[in-house]
Amino acid sequence: MSMKTPKGPYTMTPGCSCGAHESDRACTAISNSAADDVQLYGRTVEQAVLRAIAPNPLHRRALLQGVGASTLASAIAAFFPLAAATEAFAQAGKPEKTDLKVGFIPISCATPIIMAEPMGFYKKQGLNVDVVKTAGWAVVRDKTINKEYDAAHMLAAMPIAISLGLGSTPIPFAVPAIENVNGQAITLAMKHKDKRDPKDWKGFRLAIPFDYSMHNYLLRYYLAENGIDPDTDVQLRSVPPPEMVANLRADNIDGFLAPDNIAQRAVYDGVGFIHMLSKEIWDGHPCCSFSASRAFIAETPNSYAALLRAILEATDYASKAENRKEIAEAIAPANYLNAPVTVLEQVLTGTYADGLGGVKKDPARITFDPFPYESFAVWMMTQMKRWGQIKGDIDYAGVAKQIFLATDAAKAMKDAGLTPPAATSKSFVVMGKAFDPTKPDDYVNSFAMKRG
Amino acid sequence: MASAAPLSLRAGVLSLLIFAIFALAWHMATRGGPAGPAMDPEYAKLMGATATQGKSAMPGPLEVGAKLIEHLRHPFYDHGPNDKGLGVQLAFSMLRVAAGYGLAVLVAIPLGFLIGMSPLMNKALDPFIQIMKPVSPLAWMPLALYTIKDSGLSAIFVIFICSLWPMLVNTAFGVSGVRKEWLNVARTLEVGPWRRAFTVILPAAAPTIFTGMRISIGIAWLVIVAAEMLVGGTGIGYFVWNEWNNLSITNVIIAILLIGVVGMLLDQLLARAARAVTFPE
Repeated sequence: MSMKTPKGPYTMTPGCSCGAHESDRACTAISNSAADDVQLYGRTVEQAVLRAIAPNPLHRRALLQGVGASTLASAIAAFFPLAAATEAFAQAGKPEKTDLKVGFIPISCATPIIMAEPMGFYKKQGLNVDVVKTAGWAVVRDKTINKEYDAAHMLAAMPIAISLGLGSTPIPFAVPAIENVNGQAITLAMKHKDKRDPKDWKGFRLAIPFDYSMHNYLLRYYLAENGIDPDTDVQLRSVPPPEMVANLRADNIDGFLAPDNIAQRAVYDGVGFIHMLSKEIWDGHPCCSFSASRAFIAETPNSYAALLRAILEATDYASKAENRKEIAEAIAPANYLNAPVTVLEQVLTGTYADGLGGVKKDPARITFDPFPYESFAVWMMTQMKRWGQIKGDIDYAGVAKQIFLATDAAKAMKDAGLTPPAATSKSFVVMGKAFDPTKPDDYVNSFAMKRG
Repeated sequence: MASAAPLSLRAGVLSLLIFAIFALAWHMATRGGPAGPAMDPEYAKLMGATATQGKSAMPGPLEVGAKLIEHLRHPFYDHGPNDKGLGVQLAFSMLRVAAGYGLAVLVAIPLGFLIGMSPLMNKALDPFIQIMKPVSPLAWMPLALYTIKDSGLSAIFVIFICSLWPMLVNTAFGVSGVRKEWLNVARTLEVGPWRRAFTVILPAAAPTIFTGMRISIGIAWLVIVAAEMLVGGTGIGYFVWNEWNNLSITNVIIAILLIGVVGMLLDQLLARAARAVTFPE
């Protein structure tokens, strides 16, 4: 593996605007369902041949009117292998590889990736996808880099870290879609039920899923805003989410900022309570992503496009409140999340027990929005910079554009009949403070508590 | 008097008694406390039995027994890549162990022979062996994943590297400890080096070699659980991890039981083989 500068590894795939196909036409064509495709390709090829024979539209019309369209088609077919040409053209839209493996961590953030299997979203795209449960983020990263997985569920910050070579060799990765928005919570052990002010948390051992995660950045942000230094006043530990409740019960940690199914499980078993939802820190924050290496996108563009369509459709389905109960049941079995249905229902419907005896209702507890806004990546990089994970200068906008494929997602959403947002970037508010993605350096400098 | 009964019978009765006392104590300890404070029914519906009924987080022996029977009834089901029956998981683990351990045997015994026959090699390789021997299997895993780039092969490599050393050391020790008189007799009779190795040294060193192999199979079986917990996918170690995620202590206890039983069977298998090659002096 040759060492590359952070900006080096990114190469744009030539061809269409979404970067996945050889031509714009191939890109548009695959958006139609399989049955329509054959007819559509047939007509397209016929017309192309016809255009080649009679380049002048007036002549062409005269020809068509003179002999009739079908007669003409069969006449052309006599000397031009129309059927073969149609098939060759249709192949451009067919996945190069239909047996795919997608890794996931058993948390509710992966809902669209997981549910797409039992609910048939992958099948609809002609894919045979195995969703493989994985023990931890480092293993997901290594297995995806090793190409054991074709794509994977990753924390939204991981593809940035992998692409920049933070904590691994730099390998260009991309985020074609975000999985979930919101859906995390700060959970504390029952014994701390009177310590609701973070200023009392000095000496706490708090768990986060991974160093390169929204969880880490949100928890650090929240602590810092409350005057607690996340590096010296508390101990932040990387613990794979599924192991957090066991650690909380064993009094090995005082609390965690983790996916909601883990938080709710701690409540369900009476070992912890929900201090606050992550949406109270930043309403509308991204969390996990659907990620793939640039190599996978370039080598098997049609498989990638089909996979992305399946994910986008699943995410759209998951975004509707009325589907949530059905989804909870689909992803609860041992093959997927392996969790009690009640716990998942509380996460997905937003009617939940807070662990202190109250029932809360918040339908926006977790939502699903696939659009990978570039400004999300910029914000994450400002926090990487703030806490010393990124040293030196960085081209925030450039890196964000290369990794968060907002333009591609917009195109793919349109193809799937969904409405993408108008802009690829947006500003937002984190704990009352506005973030302007065009001024990332000013933003980093505006914090009193930061490293380096 | 009890002394009239054979020892093994008395030991068996005592074993049963110990088990009965243990199971009873376990049952009493996990009976669960009084129900917690009264809860709003709407809230209680959202909570688990541990929180609402004061049920112990630890399952009792009856619960574990019932679950075990359920598992034994369907040991080979396959509900997708992440949920397979216990029989399937154990088979995956044993295949991995067989591969890693088999490779280790192929390397350790010839190499051990070489080391045992040459005092120079013995001394020269000793520091390496001593340093590699105590390394934990989990310490090898990141290195293996990074270099081999395949999680299945990495698990096999880790078993290989961990079960290699006891066999290597024991083979070398057995070979170097062959009685001088026997070697001298062989020399007097002008036996060739190959014949000497196979008809004099190998039979003489066999009991020690098998002891090493027995230690190694135990280590290999210990390692596989740890390795599978880390890389996931399939195997009994993955099963433990998956059930730990779900905080299903019942299933974890069942897995522990089965890991123990399989480990014992593997050990007995090699113990038998070792007895077959042991000779009286």
